[in-house]
Amino acid sequence: MRFDHRHLLGIEPLRPDEITTLLDLADRYVTLSRQREKHANVLAGLTQINMFFENSTRTQASFELAGKRLGADVMNMAMQASSIKKGETLIDTAMTLNAMHPDLLVVRHPHSGAVDLLAQKVNCAVLNAGDGRHEHPTQALLDALTIRRSKGRLHRLNIAICGDIAHSRVARSNILLLHKMENRIRLIAPPTLMPSGIEHFGVEVFHDMREGLKDVDVVMMLRLQKERMDGGFIPSEREYYHRYGLDQDKLDCAKPDAIVMHPGPMNRGVEIDGTLADDINRSVIQEQVEMGVAVRMAAMDLLARNLRARPKEVIA
Amino acid sequence: MSKLLFQNARLIDPEAGTDSLGSVLVEDGQITAIAAGDSAPGTPEGAKVVDCRGKCLAPGIVDIGVKVGEPGERHKESLGSAGLAAAAGGVTTIVTRPDTLPSIDTPEALEFIRRRANEAAPVNVLPMAALTKGREGREMTELGFLMDAGAVAFTDCDHVIRDTKVLSRAMTYARSLGALIVAHPQDPGLSAGASATSGKFASLRGLPSVSPMAERMGLDRDIALIEMTGVAYHADQITTSRALPALERAKNNGFNITAGTSIHHLTLNEMDVADYRTFFKVTPPLRSEEDRQSIIEAVRTGLIDIISTMHSPQDEESKRLPFEEAASGAVGLETALPVLLRLYHGDAIDLPTLFRALSLNPSKRLGLASGRMAKGAPADLVLFDPDKPVVIDRFKLNSKSKNTPFDGARLQGKVLATYVAGKEVYRSA
Repeated sequence: MRFDHRHLLGIEPLRPDEITTLLDLADRYVTLSRQREKHANVLAGLTQINMFFENSTRTQASFELAGKRLGADVMNMAMQASSIKKGETLIDTAMTLNAMHPDLLVVRHPHSGAVDLLAQKVNCAVLNAGDGRHEHPTQALLDALTIRRSKGRLHRLNIAICGDIAHSRVARSNILLLHKMENRIRLIAPPTLMPSGIEHFGVEVFHDMREGLKDVDVVMMLRLQKERMDGGFIPSEREYYHRYGLDQDKLDCAKPDAIVMHPGPMNRGVEIDGTLADDINRSVIQEQVEMGVAVRMAAMDLLARNLRARPKEVIA
Repeated sequence: MSKLLFQNARLIDPEAGTDSLGSVLVEDGQITAIAAGDSAPGTPEGAKVVDCRGKCLAPGIVDIGVKVGEPGERHKESLGSAGLAAAAGGVTTIVTRPDTLPSIDTPEALEFIRRRANEAAPVNVLPMAALTKGREGREMTELGFLMDAGAVAFTDCDHVIRDTKVLSRAMTYARSLGALIVAHPQDPGLSAGASATSGKFASLRGLPSVSPMAERMGLDRDIALIEMTGVAYHADQITTSRALPALERAKNNGFNITAGTSIHHLTLNEMDVADYRTFFKVTPPLRSEEDRQSIIEAVRTGLIDIISTMHSPQDEESKRLPFEEAASGAVGLETALPVLLRLYHGDAIDLPTLFRALSLNPSKRLGLASGRMAKGAPADLVLFDPDKPVVIDRFKLNSKSKNTPFDGARLQGKVLATYVAGKEVYRSA
């Protein structure tokens, strides 16, 4: 069982066995979280700072809960309201925080690569909670855990990812992870929402949703940002729902036991039919939220172990 | 009368396309005699002899499109520091860009540059002026007055003039003055907000990207305007293979068009950005390896006329930011020669061809007498050892800004000495 990383910045540097290690540990934290007494002390004495440069309720709450269940001292910083407005650069903010000796830093930032940059300047473990359109590793890991628990395996599955792939860090991390675990990945989106060079990612590309969903085991829907709906990337919300929204009729093309996933928050009636999202036989959306806490507990636990194994060093 | 004799030199003559041993006599800042082989023209009385020991002697580099931080950003680069950097890099003439703060768009501002340059820089400094006021693409500048004040060309740099009516009028007016327009061919709509070239790499890194086709679209538009107005036009950077057929057709049609490219697009590709290394962020963004190869080929055949450093000094604060927010540009004056010699050592290009693009063609385009290894040409010369191994250390650069993408690079080629009008302005330690 190995996990040789100082930070969790993305799925790209992870090996398949490391992903399995993390998911195995997360499984145990699911069990813990379902008990009345949910506490473990593996992060006792450590300080976790959540730094969100972009609005987030769900991910931030999930990281906060994960830290608290493991006994860390958790602090939330709403970065939008603070120093950025005063003109402080990201590096200065990082140096300031570093001086407070955090052990785990959870960062979300609107620009791709910003979390990597920050990680070079601090001597704690950094977890990427989403950077621009680049990666969102804990989301991909929680999706993987949900799939593994629901399908009994995380390989040789047909998995469709549908929606705004071009602007989605969730899609990128999921493509990388599911590819590493040897699944067949299909991407379904209008061409305007498909990133360039996607044909080199080892995926199959579909512009017709029914064709793309044929015989898949897993349907992952992505959120369509409101600001992209009005004629910029797609003609209209209703045309999008008609062609790319998941409803019972389109889902019937998939395998009868196919599961439906969504990273949330959902736009009911835009990318997914409301009734379908609530269908407990098909939708695993609530499980995804539960797995999110467990996966984040596992990720922080593993990084904290590596932190303790390493002699304390100082970055000038 | 000062006399200088370069003996035992490997003479690079871009005009004749030759690379052979010989000697050069310089009198009063001009080349007055060239002798081939060992048969030196005798040592004229009172001449100082420079034994070149078989190293290369070539016409000094004429660099179109150097950004200097004066006025406005002197902390990034002054005319003094740029001049020292140029001399250390074998660049004998720098043609400055007007994308300063404020823009060089009045004869007064241009005179300021010329005066400062004479005081501060050991190399020739020729200023370009903005084509439109404030480089805003709305009203043309006083092109006539600016030419009288010494502007050698007009450019809005990387600001593309969107309004074709404004551009066509400026071109028509420039045509009547015989002025050269330097433009950045790029479709402004497609390239808005982009910091990478679209493709697998940009998608993997999640960077906003632009299709390489945007360059061809910009060039196609400008070529139509050249046909319409008959203006003399130079495309500052052609970096994609898709733009080359359009360029070739325009040249075959006899339009007054030349094209340049940058040292970065000849020696780096998009993958060099790796983990968001902002020192590799340039405008236009680095391209694919296929594009890089076709640009090298175009320089070799002469379809692309000119190589520039596109020297763009940026301080640490402008670069130590997330990739999308970081400033664009790289310094290049001092590293250009060793970096480009990679192409020579890789057998992609020979030295006379390289100096045709670095010295001869830019001089011709600007109507300068320099850039030649010939009798009567000014003795703007660079003496260099093409084989000497060097390791680039950015903190040893003369530029005030240290944003080179080649920090730590192991290269071959070192400038030994630089001469401007026969005067030694640099000698390596």
